[in-house]
Amino acid sequence: MYDGGKIITGLIIGIGLFLFPFYYNAGKAAKAPDPELTAKAKEAKECVMEKAYMTANHFSLLDEWRHTVVRDADRYYTAKNGKVYYKSLQVTCLDCHSNKSKFCDKCHDYVDVDPYCWDCHIEPEEKK
Amino acid sequence: MGLDRRKFLKIVGLSTLFGLGGKAAIDMFAPGELEASVETIPLTAGKRWAMVIDVHKIDETIIKKCVEACHREHNVPDLESKKEEIKWIWKEDYEHSFPGRHHEYVGEDVEHGSFLLLCNHCSNPPCCRVCPTKATWQREDGIVMMDQHRCIGCRFCMAACPFGARSFNWGDPRRVLEDKDLKELNPDYPTNRDYPTRSKGVVEKCTFCAERLAKGQLPACVEAANTVKKDALVFGDLDEPDSNVRAVLRNHYTIRRKPELGTNPNVFYIV
Repeated sequence: MYDGGKIITGLIIGIGLFLFPFYYNAGKAAKAPDPELTAKAKEAKECVMEKAYMTANHFSLLDEWRHTVVRDADRYYTAKNGKVYYKSLQVTCLDCHSNKSKFCDKCHDYVDVDPYCWDCHIEPEEKK
Repeated sequence: MGLDRRKFLKIVGLSTLFGLGGKAAIDMFAPGELEASVETIPLTAGKRWAMVIDVHKIDETIIKKCVEACHREHNVPDLESKKEEIKWIWKEDYEHSFPGRHHEYVGEDVEHGSFLLLCNHCSNPPCCRVCPTKATWQREDGIVMMDQHRCIGCRFCMAACPFGARSFNWGDPRRVLEDKDLKELNPDYPTNRDYPTRSKGVVEKCTFCAERLAKGQLPACVEAANTVKKDALVFGDLDEPDSNVRAVLRNHYTIRRKPELGTNPNVFYIV
Protein backbone atom coordinates (compact mmCIF):
# COMPACT_ATOMS: atom_id res chain seq x y z
CA MET A 1 0.00 0.00 0.00
CA TYR A 2 1.46 3.36 -0.99
CA ASP A 3 1.33 6.05 1.66
CA GLY A 4 -0.29 3.57 4.05
CA GLY A 5 0.63 5.59 7.14
CA LYS A 6 -1.02 8.75 5.79
CA ILE A 7 -4.18 6.91 4.74
CA ILE A 8 -4.60 5.13 8.05
CA THR A 9 -3.91 8.31 10.01
CA GLY A 10 -6.44 10.10 7.83
CA LEU A 11 -8.98 7.36 8.36
CA ILE A 12 -8.51 7.43 12.11
CA ILE A 13 -8.89 11.20 12.20
CA GLY A 14 -11.92 10.98 9.93
CA ILE A 15 -13.67 8.32 11.96
CA GLY A 16 -12.75 10.17 15.12
CA LEU A 17 -14.35 13.36 13.83
CA PHE A 18 -17.41 11.42 12.75
CA LEU A 19 -17.81 9.80 16.15
CA PHE A 20 -17.00 12.93 18.10
CA PRO A 21 -20.61 14.12 18.54
CA PHE A 22 -21.65 10.73 19.90
CA TYR A 23 -18.72 10.64 22.28
CA TYR A 24 -19.16 14.27 23.30
CA ASN A 25 -22.88 13.95 24.07
CA ALA A 26 -22.75 10.48 25.62
CA GLY A 27 -24.71 10.32 28.85
CA LYS A 28 -26.16 13.79 28.35
CA ALA A 29 -29.58 12.93 26.93
CA ALA A 30 -31.94 15.90 26.80
CA LYS A 31 -34.40 15.69 29.64
CA ALA A 32 -37.85 14.44 28.73
CA PRO A 33 -40.19 17.40 28.65
CA ASP A 34 -42.31 18.02 31.68
CA PRO A 35 -45.25 20.19 30.66
CA GLU A 36 -46.69 22.16 33.53
CA LEU A 37 -50.38 22.33 34.28
CA THR A 38 -51.91 25.59 35.34
CA ALA A 39 -53.81 25.75 38.61
CA LYS A 40 -57.03 25.85 36.64
CA ALA A 41 -56.14 22.76 34.62
CA LYS A 42 -55.10 20.91 37.78
CA GLU A 43 -58.33 21.79 39.46
CA ALA A 44 -60.40 20.55 36.52
CA LYS A 45 -58.65 17.17 36.91
CA GLU A 46 -59.81 15.95 33.51
CA CYS A 47 -59.50 17.16 29.96
CA VAL A 48 -62.03 16.50 27.20
CA MET A 49 -60.58 12.97 26.95
CA GLU A 50 -58.29 10.84 29.12
CA LYS A 51 -54.83 12.17 29.75
CA ALA A 52 -53.10 9.35 27.86
CA TYR A 53 -55.18 10.03 24.75
CA MET A 54 -54.67 13.76 24.96
CA THR A 55 -50.92 13.41 25.38
CA ALA A 56 -50.58 11.13 22.39
CA ASN A 57 -53.34 12.33 20.10
CA HIS A 58 -54.44 15.87 20.95
CA PHE A 59 -53.57 16.96 17.43
CA SER A 60 -55.97 14.42 15.93
CA LEU A 61 -58.71 15.73 18.17
CA LEU A 62 -57.88 19.33 17.29
CA ASP A 63 -57.82 18.48 13.61
CA GLU A 64 -61.23 16.86 13.88
CA TRP A 65 -62.54 19.82 15.84
CA ARG A 66 -61.39 22.40 13.35
CA HIS A 67 -62.88 20.38 10.54
CA THR A 68 -66.26 19.81 12.13
CA VAL A 69 -66.51 23.36 13.45
CA VAL A 70 -65.62 25.19 10.26
CA ARG A 71 -67.07 22.85 7.69
CA ASP A 72 -70.02 21.23 9.46
CA ALA A 73 -70.86 24.09 11.86
CA ASP A 74 -70.83 21.54 14.66
CA ARG A 75 -69.45 23.63 17.48
CA TYR A 76 -70.10 21.58 20.58
CA TYR A 77 -68.37 18.48 21.83
CA THR A 78 -69.89 16.10 24.33
CA ALA A 79 -67.31 14.36 26.46
CA LYS A 80 -67.72 10.81 27.73
CA ASN A 81 -68.96 12.07 31.08
CA GLY A 82 -71.66 14.09 29.34
CA LYS A 83 -70.00 17.45 29.79
CA VAL A 84 -70.41 19.71 26.77
CA TYR A 85 -67.49 21.77 25.54
CA TYR A 86 -67.36 24.60 23.02
CA LYS A 87 -64.95 23.35 20.38
CA SER A 88 -62.32 26.03 20.24
CA LEU A 89 -58.57 25.95 20.64
CA GLN A 90 -58.45 29.60 21.56
CA VAL A 91 -61.53 29.83 23.75
CA THR A 92 -61.72 26.41 25.41
CA CYS A 93 -58.31 24.67 25.34
CA LEU A 94 -56.23 27.73 26.08
CA ASP A 95 -58.62 28.82 28.79
CA CYS A 96 -57.31 26.05 31.03
CA HIS A 97 -53.92 25.65 29.42
CA SER A 98 -53.16 29.34 29.47
CA ASN A 99 -49.42 28.70 29.88
CA LYS A 100 -48.49 27.93 26.30
CA SER A 101 -44.75 28.39 26.81
CA LYS A 102 -44.69 25.93 29.69
CA PHE A 103 -47.28 23.52 28.33
CA CYS A 104 -47.59 23.32 24.56
CA ASP A 105 -44.10 24.51 23.69
CA LYS A 106 -42.36 22.14 26.10
CA CYS A 107 -43.07 19.01 24.06
CA HIS A 108 -43.27 20.73 20.71
CA ASP A 109 -39.74 22.03 21.16
CA TYR A 110 -38.50 18.67 22.43
CA VAL A 111 -39.75 16.76 19.39
CA ASP A 112 -38.99 19.71 17.12
CA VAL A 113 -42.45 20.22 15.68
CA ASP A 114 -43.73 23.63 14.72
CA PRO A 115 -47.51 23.51 14.44
CA TYR A 116 -48.89 26.42 12.45
CA CYS A 117 -51.92 26.82 14.72
CA TRP A 118 -50.34 29.93 16.20
CA ASP A 119 -50.01 31.67 12.86
CA CYS A 120 -53.67 32.59 13.26
CA HIS A 121 -54.88 31.45 16.65
CA ILE A 122 -53.92 33.92 19.30
CA GLU A 123 -51.72 32.70 22.15
CA PRO A 124 -52.85 33.58 25.64
CA GLU A 125 -51.02 36.44 27.30
CA GLU A 126 -48.70 35.01 29.90
CA LYS A 127 -47.52 36.78 32.98
CA LYS A 128 -43.76 36.79 33.03
CA MET B 1 -90.22 14.86 17.42
CA GLY B 2 -90.98 14.08 13.81
CA LEU B 3 -90.88 10.73 12.12
CA ASP B 4 -87.62 8.91 12.33
CA ARG B 5 -86.41 6.69 9.53
CA ARG B 6 -87.33 3.46 11.31
CA LYS B 7 -90.88 4.54 11.99
CA PHE B 8 -91.30 5.85 8.48
CA LEU B 9 -90.17 2.57 6.94
CA LYS B 10 -92.47 0.61 9.27
CA ILE B 11 -95.47 2.66 8.24
CA VAL B 12 -94.62 2.54 4.56
CA GLY B 13 -94.01 -1.22 4.71
CA LEU B 14 -97.18 -1.91 6.59
CA SER B 15 -99.32 0.29 4.43
CA THR B 16 -98.00 -1.31 1.25
CA LEU B 17 -99.42 -4.56 2.59
CA PHE B 18 -102.85 -2.98 2.77
CA GLY B 19 -102.50 -1.31 -0.57
CA LEU B 20 -102.13 2.17 0.86
CA GLY B 21 -99.38 4.49 -0.21
CA GLY B 22 -97.68 7.84 0.11
CA LYS B 23 -98.71 10.66 2.36
CA ALA B 24 -102.21 9.23 2.92
CA ALA B 25 -100.75 6.27 4.82
CA ILE B 26 -98.60 8.41 7.04
CA ASP B 27 -101.52 10.73 7.75
CA MET B 28 -103.56 7.72 8.83
CA PHE B 29 -101.05 6.05 11.12
CA ALA B 30 -99.17 9.06 12.42
CA PRO B 31 -101.40 12.06 11.88
CA GLY B 32 -99.74 15.45 11.81
CA GLU B 33 -96.24 14.10 12.22
CA LEU B 34 -95.05 14.47 8.68
CA GLU B 35 -95.56 18.23 8.71
CA ALA B 36 -93.96 18.43 12.12
CA SER B 37 -90.88 16.62 10.94
CA VAL B 38 -90.49 19.10 8.12
CA GLU B 39 -90.59 21.96 10.61
CA THR B 40 -87.91 20.57 12.88
CA ILE B 41 -85.14 20.69 10.31
CA PRO B 42 -81.99 21.67 12.24
CA LEU B 43 -80.80 25.27 12.12
CA THR B 44 -78.06 24.45 9.67
CA ALA B 45 -80.32 22.93 7.04
CA GLY B 46 -82.81 24.33 4.56
CA LYS B 47 -82.30 27.91 5.61
CA ARG B 48 -81.21 30.91 3.66
CA TRP B 49 -79.76 33.74 5.68
CA ALA B 50 -80.21 37.20 4.26
CA MET B 51 -79.78 40.83 5.20
CA VAL B 52 -81.83 43.88 4.36
CA ILE B 53 -80.13 47.25 4.69
CA ASP B 54 -82.41 50.26 4.95
CA VAL B 55 -80.45 53.03 3.28
CA HIS B 56 -82.84 55.68 4.66
CA LYS B 57 -82.09 54.65 8.19
CA ILE B 58 -78.33 54.43 8.00
CA ASP B 59 -75.97 57.38 8.04
CA GLU B 60 -72.24 57.91 8.32
CA THR B 61 -72.27 57.25 12.06
CA ILE B 62 -74.08 53.96 11.78
CA ILE B 63 -71.90 52.84 8.89
CA LYS B 64 -68.79 53.67 10.88
CA LYS B 65 -70.17 51.81 13.87
CA CYS B 66 -70.97 48.72 11.81
CA VAL B 67 -67.57 48.62 10.17
CA GLU B 68 -65.83 49.11 13.48
CA ALA B 69 -67.92 46.47 15.25
CA CYS B 70 -67.23 43.93 12.53
CA HIS B 71 -63.55 44.63 12.18
CA ARG B 72 -62.99 44.64 15.92
CA GLU B 73 -64.91 41.40 16.32
CA HIS B 74 -62.85 39.65 13.66
CA ASN B 75 -59.44 41.19 14.26
CA VAL B 76 -59.37 42.93 10.90
CA PRO B 77 -56.50 45.41 11.04
CA ASP B 78 -56.37 48.85 9.44
CA LEU B 79 -53.42 48.55 7.06
CA GLU B 80 -53.59 52.13 5.82
CA SER B 81 -52.71 51.48 2.17
CA LYS B 82 -55.59 50.89 -0.21
CA LYS B 83 -53.63 48.19 -2.01
CA GLU B 84 -53.29 46.01 1.07
CA GLU B 85 -56.66 46.90 2.58
CA ILE B 86 -58.55 44.09 4.30
CA LYS B 87 -62.29 44.67 4.44
CA TRP B 88 -65.22 42.57 5.54
CA ILE B 89 -67.76 45.39 5.44
CA TRP B 90 -67.19 48.83 4.03
CA LYS B 91 -68.65 52.12 2.84
CA GLU B 92 -69.15 52.92 -0.81
CA ASP B 93 -70.95 55.56 -2.87
CA TYR B 94 -74.03 54.94 -4.99
CA GLU B 95 -72.32 54.91 -8.36
CA HIS B 96 -69.87 52.22 -7.34
CA SER B 97 -72.35 50.20 -5.30
CA PHE B 98 -74.88 49.97 -8.11
CA PRO B 99 -73.05 50.54 -11.37
CA GLY B 100 -75.39 50.86 -14.31
CA ARG B 101 -78.12 52.37 -12.20
CA HIS B 102 -76.44 55.73 -12.00
CA HIS B 103 -77.62 58.65 -14.14
CA GLU B 104 -77.03 62.35 -13.97
CA TYR B 105 -80.48 63.23 -12.60
CA VAL B 106 -80.46 60.86 -9.69
CA GLY B 107 -81.51 62.56 -6.44
CA GLU B 108 -78.80 64.10 -4.30
CA ASP B 109 -79.60 61.97 -1.26
CA VAL B 110 -78.98 58.88 -3.28
CA GLU B 111 -76.08 60.11 -5.36
CA HIS B 112 -74.13 61.35 -2.38
CA GLY B 113 -75.51 58.79 0.01
CA SER B 114 -73.34 56.14 1.60
CA PHE B 115 -73.97 52.48 1.17
CA LEU B 116 -72.86 49.67 3.40
CA LEU B 117 -71.37 46.85 1.38
CA LEU B 118 -70.40 43.35 2.44
CA CYS B 119 -70.26 39.85 1.03
CA ASN B 120 -73.63 39.16 -0.59
CA HIS B 121 -73.62 35.47 0.34
CA CYS B 122 -74.97 34.79 -3.13
CA SER B 123 -77.19 31.81 -3.71
CA ASN B 124 -75.15 31.09 -6.82
CA PRO B 125 -71.68 32.05 -5.63
CA PRO B 126 -69.05 32.21 -8.40
CA CYS B 127 -66.27 32.32 -5.81
CA CYS B 128 -67.13 28.81 -4.61
CA ARG B 129 -67.25 27.47 -8.13
CA VAL B 130 -63.68 28.51 -8.86
CA CYS B 131 -62.06 27.60 -5.55
CA PRO B 132 -59.69 24.70 -6.29
CA THR B 133 -59.51 23.47 -2.69
CA LYS B 134 -63.08 24.10 -1.56
CA ALA B 135 -61.69 26.49 1.00
CA THR B 136 -64.70 28.62 0.25
CA TRP B 137 -68.02 26.90 -0.13
CA GLN B 138 -71.70 27.43 0.44
CA ARG B 139 -73.15 26.06 3.64
CA GLU B 140 -76.60 24.57 3.69
CA ASP B 141 -77.94 27.68 5.36
CA GLY B 142 -76.70 29.77 2.43
CA ILE B 143 -73.66 31.29 4.11
CA VAL B 144 -70.66 31.47 1.82
CA MET B 145 -68.06 30.32 4.30
CA MET B 146 -64.27 30.52 4.36
CA ASP B 147 -62.02 27.77 5.69
CA GLN B 148 -58.72 29.52 6.33
CA HIS B 149 -57.07 26.18 7.05
CA ARG B 150 -57.59 25.15 3.46
CA CYS B 151 -57.02 28.39 1.56
CA ILE B 152 -53.91 28.27 -0.60
CA GLY B 153 -54.10 31.92 -1.59
CA CYS B 154 -54.60 31.43 -5.32
CA ARG B 155 -57.05 34.37 -5.41
CA PHE B 156 -59.31 32.79 -8.02
CA CYS B 157 -62.24 33.67 -5.75
CA MET B 158 -61.23 37.31 -5.75
CA ALA B 159 -61.23 37.33 -9.51
CA ALA B 160 -64.59 35.56 -9.58
CA CYS B 161 -66.38 37.77 -7.06
CA PRO B 162 -68.05 40.65 -8.90
CA PHE B 163 -68.56 42.58 -5.66
CA GLY B 164 -64.98 42.98 -4.45
CA ALA B 165 -65.99 41.37 -1.20
CA ARG B 166 -62.77 39.43 -0.74
CA SER B 167 -59.41 40.64 0.51
CA PHE B 168 -56.02 39.02 0.27
CA ASN B 169 -53.43 39.01 3.02
CA TRP B 170 -50.34 40.23 1.20
CA GLY B 171 -48.47 40.06 4.48
CA ASP B 172 -48.92 38.68 7.95
CA PRO B 173 -51.67 40.79 9.53
CA ARG B 174 -49.80 40.57 12.82
CA ARG B 175 -47.14 42.87 11.43
CA VAL B 176 -49.27 45.68 12.82
CA LEU B 177 -47.90 44.67 16.21
CA GLU B 178 -44.35 45.47 15.11
CA ASP B 179 -44.67 48.17 12.47
CA LYS B 180 -44.56 51.55 14.16
CA ASP B 181 -47.01 53.39 11.90
CA LEU B 182 -49.48 50.53 11.76
CA LYS B 183 -49.31 50.04 15.51
CA GLU B 184 -50.54 53.58 15.95
CA LEU B 185 -53.56 52.81 13.76
CA ASN B 186 -54.30 49.57 15.61
CA PRO B 187 -53.32 50.25 19.22
CA ASP B 188 -55.25 47.37 20.76
CA TYR B 189 -54.81 44.76 18.02
CA PRO B 190 -55.84 41.91 18.27
CA THR B 191 -59.11 43.39 19.41
CA ASN B 192 -60.94 40.12 20.02
CA ARG B 193 -58.80 37.50 21.72
CA ASP B 194 -61.52 34.88 21.25
CA TYR B 195 -61.26 35.03 17.47
CA PRO B 196 -58.22 34.12 15.38
CA THR B 197 -56.32 36.45 13.12
CA ARG B 198 -55.35 35.35 9.63
CA SER B 199 -51.95 34.45 8.26
CA LYS B 200 -50.02 35.66 5.25
CA GLY B 201 -51.32 34.40 1.93
CA VAL B 202 -54.98 33.67 2.63
CA VAL B 203 -58.15 35.33 1.40
CA GLU B 204 -60.73 36.53 3.88
CA LYS B 205 -64.21 38.01 3.85
CA CYS B 206 -67.45 38.41 5.77
CA THR B 207 -68.91 35.12 7.04
CA PHE B 208 -72.27 36.55 8.20
CA CYS B 209 -70.76 36.02 11.67
CA ALA B 210 -71.19 32.26 11.48
CA GLU B 211 -69.54 31.94 14.90
CA ARG B 212 -72.06 34.32 16.44
CA LEU B 213 -75.06 32.73 14.76
CA ALA B 214 -73.99 29.40 16.24
CA LYS B 215 -74.40 30.97 19.67
CA GLY B 216 -77.74 32.51 18.76
CA GLN B 217 -76.36 36.03 18.42
CA LEU B 218 -77.02 38.39 15.53
CA PRO B 219 -74.13 39.40 13.28
CA ALA B 220 -71.93 42.07 14.83
CA CYS B 221 -72.87 44.75 12.28
CA VAL B 222 -76.60 44.19 12.77
CA GLU B 223 -76.22 44.38 16.51
CA ALA B 224 -74.13 47.55 16.26
CA ALA B 225 -76.59 49.25 13.90
CA ASN B 226 -79.55 48.30 16.06
CA THR B 227 -78.08 50.03 19.09
CA VAL B 228 -78.35 53.30 17.16
CA LYS B 229 -81.41 52.79 14.99
CA LYS B 230 -83.78 49.87 15.15
CA ASP B 231 -84.16 47.82 11.97
CA ALA B 232 -81.53 49.76 10.06
CA LEU B 233 -80.07 46.36 9.28
CA VAL B 234 -82.43 43.39 9.35
CA PHE B 235 -81.08 39.87 9.41
CA GLY B 236 -83.16 36.75 9.04
CA ASP B 237 -84.19 33.69 7.13
CA LEU B 238 -85.50 34.09 3.58
CA ASP B 239 -86.77 30.54 3.56
CA GLU B 240 -89.30 31.28 6.28
CA PRO B 241 -92.36 33.08 4.83
CA ASP B 242 -93.15 34.82 8.13
CA SER B 243 -89.63 35.91 8.92
CA ASN B 244 -88.59 39.49 9.61
CA VAL B 245 -86.64 39.82 6.35
CA ARG B 246 -89.51 38.49 4.28
CA ALA B 247 -91.87 41.00 5.91
CA VAL B 248 -89.48 43.86 5.18
CA LEU B 249 -89.04 42.70 1.60
CA ARG B 250 -92.80 42.51 1.13
CA ASN B 251 -93.39 46.03 2.39
CA HIS B 252 -90.50 47.87 0.73
CA TYR B 253 -89.00 48.19 -2.71
CA THR B 254 -85.52 46.74 -2.57
CA ILE B 255 -82.61 46.40 -4.95
CA ARG B 256 -79.58 44.15 -5.00
CA ARG B 257 -76.10 44.70 -6.37
CA LYS B 258 -75.55 43.57 -9.96
CA PRO B 259 -78.50 41.17 -10.13
CA GLU B 260 -77.99 40.87 -13.90
CA LEU B 261 -74.95 38.68 -13.27
CA GLY B 262 -77.17 35.94 -11.91
CA THR B 263 -75.27 35.35 -8.68
CA ASN B 264 -78.49 35.91 -6.74
CA PRO B 265 -77.22 38.08 -3.87
CA ASN B 266 -78.83 37.75 -0.44
CA VAL B 267 -78.13 41.28 0.72
CA PHE B 268 -80.95 43.67 -0.15
CA TYR B 269 -81.07 47.47 -0.07
CA ILE B 270 -84.14 49.56 0.61
CA VAL B 271 -83.58 52.72 -1.45
